[in-house]
Amino acid sequence: MKVHEFQAKEVLRRYGVAVPESKVATSQDEAEAAAEALGGGTVVVKAQIHAGGRGKGGGVKIVKGPTEAKVAAEAMLGKPLITHQTGPEGQVVRTVLVESGMDIASELYAGIVLDRAAELPVFMASSEGGVEIEEVASKSPEKIIKRWFDPGTGLLPYQARELAYSVGLEGKQAGNAAKFFIALAKAFVETDASLAEINPLVVTTDGEVIALDAKINFDDNGLFRHPDIREYYDPHEGDQLEVEAAKYDLNYIKLDGNIGCMVNGAGLAMATMDLIKHAGGEPANFLDVGGAADVETVANGFRILMSDPNVKAVLINIFGGIVRCDRVAQGVVDAMEKVNVDMPVVVRLEGTNAEDAARILNESDLEFLVAGSFEDAAQKAVAALN
Amino acid sequence: MSILVDKDTRLLVQGITGGEGTFHTGKMKEYGTEVVAGVTPGKGGQKHLGVPVFNTVREGVEKTGANTSIVFVPPAFAADAVMEAADAGIDLVVCITEGIPALDMVLAKKRVKSAECRLVGPNCPGVITPGEAKVGIMPGFVHEPGRIGIISRSGTLTYEAVGQLVEVGLGQSTAIGIGGDPIIGSTFTDLLRLFAHDDGTDAVVLIGEIGGTAEQEAAEFISESFRKPVVAFIAGQTAPPGRRMGHAGAIISGDSGTASEKMEALEQAGVTVCDSPAVIGQTMAHMLS
Repeated sequence: MKVHEFQAKEVLRRYGVAVPESKVATSQDEAEAAAEALGGGTVVVKAQIHAGGRGKGGGVKIVKGPTEAKVAAEAMLGKPLITHQTGPEGQVVRTVLVESGMDIASELYAGIVLDRAAELPVFMASSEGGVEIEEVASKSPEKIIKRWFDPGTGLLPYQARELAYSVGLEGKQAGNAAKFFIALAKAFVETDASLAEINPLVVTTDGEVIALDAKINFDDNGLFRHPDIREYYDPHEGDQLEVEAAKYDLNYIKLDGNIGCMVNGAGLAMATMDLIKHAGGEPANFLDVGGAADVETVANGFRILMSDPNVKAVLINIFGGIVRCDRVAQGVVDAMEKVNVDMPVVVRLEGTNAEDAARILNESDLEFLVAGSFEDAAQKAVAALN
Repeated sequence: MSILVDKDTRLLVQGITGGEGTFHTGKMKEYGTEVVAGVTPGKGGQKHLGVPVFNTVREGVEKTGANTSIVFVPPAFAADAVMEAADAGIDLVVCITEGIPALDMVLAKKRVKSAECRLVGPNCPGVITPGEAKVGIMPGFVHEPGRIGIISRSGTLTYEAVGQLVEVGLGQSTAIGIGGDPIIGSTFTDLLRLFAHDDGTDAVVLIGEIGGTAEQEAAEFISESFRKPVVAFIAGQTAPPGRRMGHAGAIISGDSGTASEKMEALEQAGVTVCDSPAVIGQTMAHMLS
């Protein structure tokens, strides 16, 4: 799960990770009051959307005092912010973060991800802060220093010191950075994060080490033990059909094509998308109805994928193991009787109770294109578009 | 011959009295798997589906000689269940549970390794040696005994591949779903090592997907020391970067973990890579003819 910068900073503050003083505002007046409360001096007004690239898109403004903060907030709030990650329609800004300005001596990078190959979290630090870390990784990988740590022990003090010295810090700065790194690793482990990225991590002119920006993604599988973090979920972010699907525990991802797919199992769902592409079509979505698909799940899935206006044909591919094909067939029939379906529906049901499923489809008054094999299904769906 | 499970498998079911545990214990027994024990803390002393239930895995192992366990415990407690089995001397733990926090698995995997136990999964369909033992949730009836090994990150896509193999007259020695999570017990490479030494396996089907580098590591192992024919398919050729495709592990980050990168690595290792998931069976048949 992704969260906003101000939420990530709330989490970090709880773990003793240094973050700038700040206040959240949802109106221009609140932004003005926030700047006032922060001392009336220079503040940074930052649009809170999940997508990156906010600075370049005009979503981060350094201003002098409360009046300017109000103007900056007004320019952002309620309007879409377009960045390279939002797509052309942008993402509407509903909240801004008003943050105290500071005197920056240098900008660094600190990040933690789970390294799948090493099967451990890896802490990465770099002297190249404020730029895309992927760029640093491809151009000068030697500038990213890595230390792997055991979640049981956390980042060890000596590892934190090694990281601090190797990004060029000394004296008080190095001490503060090491403290920061240990706290960040602790926050990562204890909140079940999957990614924590501080870019830039700034060293101020008086030697403080502070998270100027903060991005944290949380492991969806760990959310059950963090009800406070689950509260951060923002239904305004992301595709609205995906938000709707999540309510029914359906795994739906909207894509750009016009063949809607409903499949059981993530691997088979991806393979079905691939096969559609091979047959010359474009999938409209990824939809895994899961291992326990019943009539209701299937009906909801069908309704959601049909509500994408781009969908011109539907392909249902189910290999029943635990999932019984007859239940899937019944779900499809139920859903189609409720939703007005004016497009071709190709169905391929294989495995457990496939014969009962075929009977249910035949006995309904609805029209289906029944496919014998995986490949046949994709070809029929693509052909049905014309 | 086969790998991991066979006629000598003596299975202990962790979470046997739960909904999933009950349903699949029934199915595994029906298939002919010897289910000797179940564990549900607090329910020791009962019998469930005719199987004695114990409070702890250690007690179950001591009293029944169980050598393999399957875990149906809910995600919050599953990593603990895996470690309990490893510490109790179980040789093979198959973890079906979906939704285990990744950091829990980091700790569990380490513990399993130090106990010299083998883990398959989590978030996987399990292991089947057709005609001998099914330790998992896959539909047994689609499989046929034979000489093709299968290793797959996916569940239903594996059944699809098995269906295609059976259609061209090829049975399976052992089929393993290794799971779709970022941290898994057994990788492609771990299992290829076992298939390399299995006289009952002539060739291997490898089904990968986007995310991570496990397929590239398998490619490296194959080019160095795996001498049996391998047919592979990678799911997610059309998946967009940055989006998790169902499985927690199936996500392209930046330029790494893409299907094309994996396909290229496997091709260079001499693996026959299928562009389409519909031709896995016929590709294998063609290769062996």
